[in-house]
Amino acid sequence: MSAAAPASAAEILIATIAGLLADPAQVRHVAVGASSPIPGAAALLARARREVAGLAPLRLSILGSQAHNSFTSGGVEIFDMAATGRIDVFFLGGGEIDGAANINLIGVGTEASGYPEHAVRWPGSFGSAYLYYLVPRVILFREEHTRRVMVPKVAFVSAPGQSAPQIHRPGGPYGLLTSRCWFVFDKAAGRFRLESVHPGHTVEQVREHTGFAFDSPARDADVPQTTEPDQVALQLIRGRVRDELRETYPKFATSLPPAAQ
Amino acid sequence: MNLFKTSTVEQLAQRIPSGIRLCVAKDESGVSMAVTRELARRARDGILRDLHLITVPVSGLQADILIGAGAVSALETSAVFLGEYGPAPCFTRAVKAGAIRLIDGTCPAIYAGLQAGEKGIPFIPLRGIVESDLMRHRHDWKLIANPFAATDDPIVLIQAITPDIALFHAPCADRFGNVFVGRQREVATMAHAARATFVTVERMVDEDLAHHPQMAGSTIPAVYISAIAVAPRGAAPLQLGGEYGLDEAALARYAKHAASEVGFEEWLQEWLSTASGLKGAPLAALAA
Repeated sequence: MSAAAPASAAEILIATIAGLLADPAQVRHVAVGASSPIPGAAALLARARREVAGLAPLRLSILGSQAHNSFTSGGVEIFDMAATGRIDVFFLGGGEIDGAANINLIGVGTEASGYPEHAVRWPGSFGSAYLYYLVPRVILFREEHTRRVMVPKVAFVSAPGQSAPQIHRPGGPYGLLTSRCWFVFDKAAGRFRLESVHPGHTVEQVREHTGFAFDSPARDADVPQTTEPDQVALQLIRGRVRDELRETYPKFATSLPPAAQ
Repeated sequence: MNLFKTSTVEQLAQRIPSGIRLCVAKDESGVSMAVTRELARRARDGILRDLHLITVPVSGLQADILIGAGAVSALETSAVFLGEYGPAPCFTRAVKAGAIRLIDGTCPAIYAGLQAGEKGIPFIPLRGIVESDLMRHRHDWKLIANPFAATDDPIVLIQAITPDIALFHAPCADRFGNVFVGRQREVATMAHAARATFVTVERMVDEDLAHHPQMAGSTIPAVYISAIAVAPRGAAPLQLGGEYGLDEAALARYAKHAASEVGFEEWLQEWLSTASGLKGAPLAALAA
């Protein structure tokens, strides 16, 4: 058997998210929304790893999948489950994300036209305006980490990072994973804190490409590097996870490296 | 004996007039692409226009084609996109040009609005949403104080959604007009809330679905159903749960062509000229 190829950037992201889903006491059920192949792969990896380790099973619900969700009451069920505390983790993205964890899935207007005649228009808000309020750990995920995405203030709040104290809000942002790094959201401070930087990237680059202020250790050298996937994770991603993901994300599954022969 | 008279796909499309509120399911829940093609044809013939399209709760290929064909003047949706095949090009162009009135929502609010509709009540409360900018644009959503709470508890009210017609594709129907929908139960909510429901099915079956011990729980009884047409592979190139999968090549080809207005026109003419089903083959000539 030849040595496995080193982890790709996508595989590092998949394994990083799977690590956030590892603890059976914290995460019983993870749901994955539309257009989320990497979070979907991560949920499948986390489930497989728990099986391998003999831990309590991870329930997962991948929207758009027939095989990997168990909803039987139609499209409304994920939202009803969220409102009754039956979903622990969900993922949201954003065309724009700001330092207060507000997300914009609608678009960016022009001064002349404004909403809804945007200069830039994205698909829409999906379930974000609701699930961000109700799922305890929402992981923000956006690969593109540039100043056009990580902005000082979003142009449109599809869903707010934080709410006024009287608002019913058991849910909210847990952290933000990008192609460059992993931030944890500090709810008390209302700011992101840089937790780790992925292999091949630097804190200086993160700062250069982030349009909002964030907290980080006093010395850049004290920011750890994101842990790379181990051999068990890589084998699972390239085998079982790749196969299970194909039903929902055929294009992305094909882009993952196959298992070594 | 057939107690429920079935229609043809063309007859069914003819009964969808301009200006109505038409409710359709998301791309993987059972989309009647067979009727969608006839609607696009009628729009191009100048017969159909000004649809108020409600997507439950999102859409992709179907909404994009109807918008591109000029059938839609208002769109109530949580998102329109082609999944792995990227943005929905006709939708994006129409919004940027201000060519359609866009009513931006969020998925659970569309479901909740339909649930109010099926109960015959004017509105329904829903959690979340409060501080979203969507609130500023939705005059049919109101923020109230929870009248049952001892402390301040603002909550959003969503106005009922009562579409004129719900349209979808399902695996099968019986001679009584009962329609089996399988796991795609959101189409049942659509049927309950709408004033009329038009369905295309893969096939007619002999069993009485409403009294079948395994299938009755996922069957919409005939009382909700206004018209049924048989359309084998009527959701293609989209998938139909339990029946067939997505035609990836056809979606990729659509996304490529619809990226420009000229390309969409070529694609549409090709599609309208095919006799039945949206298959990959007829577009091979355009794929170069």
